[in-house]
Amino acid sequence: MSAKKDKELAKQFYTVMYRTRRFEEEVFEFYKRGLMPGLAHLYLGEEAVATGACATLRDDDYIGSTHRGHGHLVARGADLNRMMAEILGKETGYSKGKGGSMHIMAMDKGILGANGIVGGEIPIATGAAYSAVLRGTDQVTLAFFGDSASNEGTFHESINMAAAWNLPIVYIIENNLFGISVDIRRVTKEHDLYKRAVGYGIPGEAVDGNDVYAVYEAVKKAVERARKGEGPSLIECKTYRWQGHHVGDPGEYRAPEELAAWKAREPLIVFKEKGILTDAEIAEIEESVNKEIAEACKFAEESPYPQESEAFTDVFVD
Amino acid sequence: MRELMVRDAIREALDEEMARDNTVFQMGEDIGVIGGNFKTTVGLRDKYGDLRVKDTPISEQGFVGMGVGAALTGMRPVIELMFADFLMVCGDQLFNQMAKITYMSGGQCNVPMVVRMPIGGGRSSAAQHSQSIHAWACHIPGVKVVVPSTAGECKGLLKTAIRDNNPVMFFEHKMLYTTKFDDVPDEGEDICIPFGKARIVTEGTDITVVANSRMTIYAEKAIKKLQKEGISAELIDLRTLVPLDTETIIKSVKKTGKLLIIDEGHISFGVTGEIASRILPDVFYDLEAPIERMGTADVPLPFSPALEFPLIPDDKKIAAKIREMV
Repeated sequence: MSAKKDKELAKQFYTVMYRTRRFEEEVFEFYKRGLMPGLAHLYLGEEAVATGACATLRDDDYIGSTHRGHGHLVARGADLNRMMAEILGKETGYSKGKGGSMHIMAMDKGILGANGIVGGEIPIATGAAYSAVLRGTDQVTLAFFGDSASNEGTFHESINMAAAWNLPIVYIIENNLFGISVDIRRVTKEHDLYKRAVGYGIPGEAVDGNDVYAVYEAVKKAVERARKGEGPSLIECKTYRWQGHHVGDPGEYRAPEELAAWKAREPLIVFKEKGILTDAEIAEIEESVNKEIAEACKFAEESPYPQESEAFTDVFVD
Repeated sequence: MRELMVRDAIREALDEEMARDNTVFQMGEDIGVIGGNFKTTVGLRDKYGDLRVKDTPISEQGFVGMGVGAALTGMRPVIELMFADFLMVCGDQLFNQMAKITYMSGGQCNVPMVVRMPIGGGRSSAAQHSQSIHAWACHIPGVKVVVPSTAGECKGLLKTAIRDNNPVMFFEHKMLYTTKFDDVPDEGEDICIPFGKARIVTEGTDITVVANSRMTIYAEKAIKKLQKEGISAELIDLRTLVPLDTETIIKSVKKTGKLLIIDEGHISFGVTGEIASRILPDVFYDLEAPIERMGTADVPLPFSPALEFPLIPDDKKIAAKIREMV
């Protein structure tokens, strides 16, 4: 059965995308209510990328994530309660309040961590792929990062080594066109970032990052290739973020008509247009996800802050 | 005990740990086919294969970060940086990633990883291949920092480093690699030297000298000479800076009343100042003279021996300083 006809897969896609959407909306609400310390980088508008990509993985695979990482974590099945609690700086969060939005890890889900340094996680994900080879497993790693990270040295160094040694990893560029306020088209001559794959001697492909099926099919092919020991691939998902760089950034450096055009064909609309799920099926998913999200918010809000002494644990392990 | 060059003692430690634990592997520039720029990994690629002794491209950020990823997923990487100076090239992976991931994850993971690299001047390598910048590592919480001296010390401390469940930055001294020491345990002996316990090299009563790495060797030479002049100095080799054994220093200073701290790093904002300020409250009323420090002058290391040698402490300068103090 082709993916397009697979109702179960469609339900999974819509559930994860809608869950991510609702999660991020509630993070934004917490920020506006002054309940979220610091800032967070929202994944709103990019939901199809993480959803489609993570759906191709096995439970024992790995992902590397970024500062804009909530979507990857949700798609990989991280616990919503612990995620939201971490974002609010609570004791019950994934990192007991030590990491916050930018550093959520869930080792039990193979999530090697969101990362506060742009491009910082690319070598780490590559190391997980090397480790799989050393350990003789067929685990695959997905490395997510943005268009701006593709201009960091870590991008070049990591992909070069992964290509040279046929490592089981898929590099996924989430090209949302902006690095904070700087339009990638102002700082990079070749705007099709996937074309860089040629220089590394690996397959490169661009897909509509707002179409969960397009992402899924491309990443699936790359993951299968990696799992067979045929090496890494580079996939560029062309997408757009709705908000500014973070919750405190109005993003006024972008043309309103550009944002409107992308919003008109955002991931949930693109999905619904395919007509795979009925309105009733969609409503059922939304009702169920809304409950989960409400529970996560309640859990996070009611959880206690960590004790001061918690600051001094976990610097070293025994 | 056996006599070995430092580089061979290091190779033995790597060999033994790779044989003992198949999660141990190495990555670095030129460590495979030619056995390392300083010959510390000779023969290991032949013995353990290309995957476990991996020659990398010149991509320090890349392969240090790969070490972090491998350490998070069940391996024990030993990464070699050809020169300690290159830690500045991959500072993000060392200090923002390796050092902090355990903490940022709330203890969900750990990073059992060793990064080996040589420090030290005296080779006419000029300003980008001569620095002793181990103090940089000490400033970032989450990293253990080792500054070994002799061949036996290098071997025992490296074995401990590889078995440690935390990130360890292991600073070897490039001018000691071909020096022989007769303190290496016999073959078949599995000796690990614990972190955080300084070694009393020579006992004495007139002054305490605290050193590490090559400065321990210079200080020992100086102190032997001074013994003939009737000066009794107690020499402490720190072994590790993080954790730091202040107890042994304090105990010694309470006995001698005088303290000279020597470290090859630049004198400002470094190891010597930190040790002095950390122990001062405990020995203030025991001191008979101000604490003195020796280190490399605060200029980039120059190329010409005529310029470089005068900037770095050695046995003669140390002997002169001790004479001045007692």
